[in-house]
Amino acid sequence: MIQSRFGWQQAVKIGLIGGIAGILVSLTGMVEMFNQRHIISNVISMGQTLLLLVVMFIGYLAARRTIRPGPLWALANSLIAGLMVGGLLALLVIVGSLVNLRAVFINASPVLYEILTFKQGTQPGALLLLAGGGLCGGLAGLFYLLPGLFRRIMMMALGGVVMTGVLQDLLRITFTAWGPLAIINRWLFTPNGLTTTGAGSLFILIAAITYFWAQKGSALQTGLRRLPPTGQRALRVIGLLLLIFLLLALPQVLGLFLSEVLTIVGLYVLMGLGLNIVLGLAGLFDLGYVAFFAIGAYTMAVLTSPELGFFHLSFWEALPFAVLMGVVAGVLLGVPVLKMRGDYLAIVTLGFGEIVRLFALSDFLRPWLGGSQGIAKIPKAFIGGFEFAGPQQIYYLLLVGCLLAGFISLRLKDSRLGRAWMAMREDEDVAQAMGIDLVKTKLLAFATGAAFSALGGAIFASKLTSVYPHSFNVMISINVVCLIIVGGMGSIPGVIVGAIALVGLPELLREFAEYRLLVYGAALVVMMLNKPEGLMPEARRRLELHEAEAEAGE
Amino acid sequence: MLRRLMERVSVTDVVMWLVGGALVALIVVGSIATLATGRYTAGHWFDFVIFGLAQGSIYALIAMGYTMVYGVLRMINFAHSEVFMSGPYTAYYVAAALNASGFLDRQPILSLLIVFLVAMATSTAIAVLLERIAYRPLRFAPRLIPLITAIGASFFLQYTFKGLYGSGFQAYPVVKMLEGEWRIGAFRILKIQVVVILAAALLMAALYTFVQRTRVGKAIRAVSEDKAVAALMGIDIDRMIATTFVIGGMSAGAAGVLYALMFKQVNFYMGFIPGIKAFTSAVLGGIGNIPGAMLGGVFLGLFESAGPILFLDGLGVRAPYQLKDAIAFTMLVLVLIFRPTGILGERLAVKKA
Repeated sequence: MIQSRFGWQQAVKIGLIGGIAGILVSLTGMVEMFNQRHIISNVISMGQTLLLLVVMFIGYLAARRTIRPGPLWALANSLIAGLMVGGLLALLVIVGSLVNLRAVFINASPVLYEILTFKQGTQPGALLLLAGGGLCGGLAGLFYLLPGLFRRIMMMALGGVVMTGVLQDLLRITFTAWGPLAIINRWLFTPNGLTTTGAGSLFILIAAITYFWAQKGSALQTGLRRLPPTGQRALRVIGLLLLIFLLLALPQVLGLFLSEVLTIVGLYVLMGLGLNIVLGLAGLFDLGYVAFFAIGAYTMAVLTSPELGFFHLSFWEALPFAVLMGVVAGVLLGVPVLKMRGDYLAIVTLGFGEIVRLFALSDFLRPWLGGSQGIAKIPKAFIGGFEFAGPQQIYYLLLVGCLLAGFISLRLKDSRLGRAWMAMREDEDVAQAMGIDLVKTKLLAFATGAAFSALGGAIFASKLTSVYPHSFNVMISINVVCLIIVGGMGSIPGVIVGAIALVGLPELLREFAEYRLLVYGAALVVMMLNKPEGLMPEARRRLELHEAEAEAGE
Repeated sequence: MLRRLMERVSVTDVVMWLVGGALVALIVVGSIATLATGRYTAGHWFDFVIFGLAQGSIYALIAMGYTMVYGVLRMINFAHSEVFMSGPYTAYYVAAALNASGFLDRQPILSLLIVFLVAMATSTAIAVLLERIAYRPLRFAPRLIPLITAIGASFFLQYTFKGLYGSGFQAYPVVKMLEGEWRIGAFRILKIQVVVILAAALLMAALYTFVQRTRVGKAIRAVSEDKAVAALMGIDIDRMIATTFVIGGMSAGAAGVLYALMFKQVNFYMGFIPGIKAFTSAVLGGIGNIPGAMLGGVFLGLFESAGPILFLDGLGVRAPYQLKDAIAFTMLVLVLIFRPTGILGERLAVKKA
């Protein structure tokens, strides 16, 4: 494309994309729903922040992609892009006033138009949008022109304030739970949004911290590194002890709701560690992972529930059986798919997951598995007199489970078996030529992964005290696959990070339930386009992926 | 000779054949038992078969998209189910408007044509956007990355459409011309089923001819076989891949309208299950293979429709239709045990992942 003058066509294109994004965000109802929450009480709402973010991001992007060097051109481009976004939104408002969009787009409500036009009516509102868009775009361009340090400070500070506003409910609950921190509540939050003074002070605080870290951070790090080995070891031990203390104290500190979130994250971490072995280490594309989870849960249910009355084992007695059943299922799944390659494996494992769920749901197996009613009255775990009743106690069960699974994964990764898995992942034929018994290796991978998943399932059954076939759908498998890839395939800290990002965050943001998965999907796409190796990858993987990009770029 | 045989056959093969044999035995016993009871007349079986054919044709149309994209990009386009959904869902509003104004009753064929066009256009647009935004930058990435992107795009599209059009089920207007049935003796067939089967067959034939007989089709086949060499031969890879998505989108949009006409309602989530079934069909027939996708779709539809009653009723399973998906997947496993590359096998050059 021939760029004339300063490449305004590019800016127009970017602005167009931004405008469509703005329209989509409005028409899907996000703006309207978010508008009810204020970031800064009575100053700016979340809905307005969302639109603002869109405009500013687009303006920034347009400025960054300016061909011709020089601050003026970047500014001009960002202005143009901002105008485009504002203009498209204005168009939406105008069209909306003429045509009843609500017949098709159910969220094109009068409230939306009110928000978009700042309650000024169609004509002034449209002009305001146009002007506002240009202005914000220009601001973003100016922002782009700031020196790097200032930019970082502003971004961190603004981001911090916005995030605090978004997570205000959670933070309010956490701070209330712990006496001394309650004063922060009063100072920072109103029932709906941050106080202006609170927001301002938070902004300054974060800005100061960022500035300090930028100036002194690297010095601190080199200083730490220059410590004598005994000093370093002492620091590391202290760090570890702090971590252990934190892990043990976490549920007590965080309160009931957050502990519940932690247990769900813990379950996914456990499953993720298992799938990490199957997919991350051994390269077996298993999309039916929820099957083993279900088998573990149902085994626990069948063995312990008085409702069915077959057996009356306790949690601890039934647990090894649940894990054993998982292992057996893993081998049973593994055998037919030994010869299958990549995508065939995916669909067959997906099928297997569905088959397990369907059998659990069917009337055919109702006498044994409870059918669509599921199995209820599963007892909780007991140690002596201590009952693992609520999420704050179950957290510890999961912690032990995850630590165990993590330890086993870590040791396996560096063992002969682990290396055999990795060889198999890279190239099956070569691995076989090197003397690796594919059958045994694959079956062991399936079995180990299934064992972890079944363990998770058993704990899950005890946690909910009942199992329903609806909880074991293919979405869980897909979730686990996504979280280990987003976290970084094959890396154990990656699994934890992935679980927090893809399971913890959506749970925390449950109030946005309608749009959780929309954002989740968009986030996945964006992540894969920008950081395909994951958030915390193995060093080797990052090298592989970016090396390929560098080569392809040349 | 026995020794030569024993060398080529491993323990796993034997175990797999035993599993497969057991499944086949189960199927045969069940079928014989069901047929022996005589509880279902020929009319019943005809019903099942026709329904299976109709549903299978829809799966086959969707599977075309999966298999063609797999051929050129070697990736599973998880978001194809949303491409399938977007067409009829958007066209619903056109159909409703046509119905409200009475145009649908006065000119049913023209109205249907318009609905089809709108649906196909929307699906194509979504498919092309997908390719451009989500898949093109990742063309040289390892296989799993575009897959996760596809999954993300699938969620994103589902919930965007939910936000735009709402989460309810929208009932497609009734086209009087398509209601009713024809009877031949003890056999009856619904008009809509005939339309679906014929329309799908026509589209598939058109598609097959396009891919086999035209230059563009040849170029697409070349790109599926070897992208680099095709580029050397002067084929515009980007264009061809976009064309593939266009074709996939069009067939999915058409399949969507047929689905909506047959099942009479649309919803933002309607693409998920047919998407999985269609992907299963594509694999069943041999992924990357267009006639395979068609065959796989039809087979899957038949297995789902007639399978539960035929196989399980005789074995005394209550409410066998609940297990129809289980049957479908079990048949897939069975086929893959004995023919690991699907019914018609892969036409792709055998490349290692």
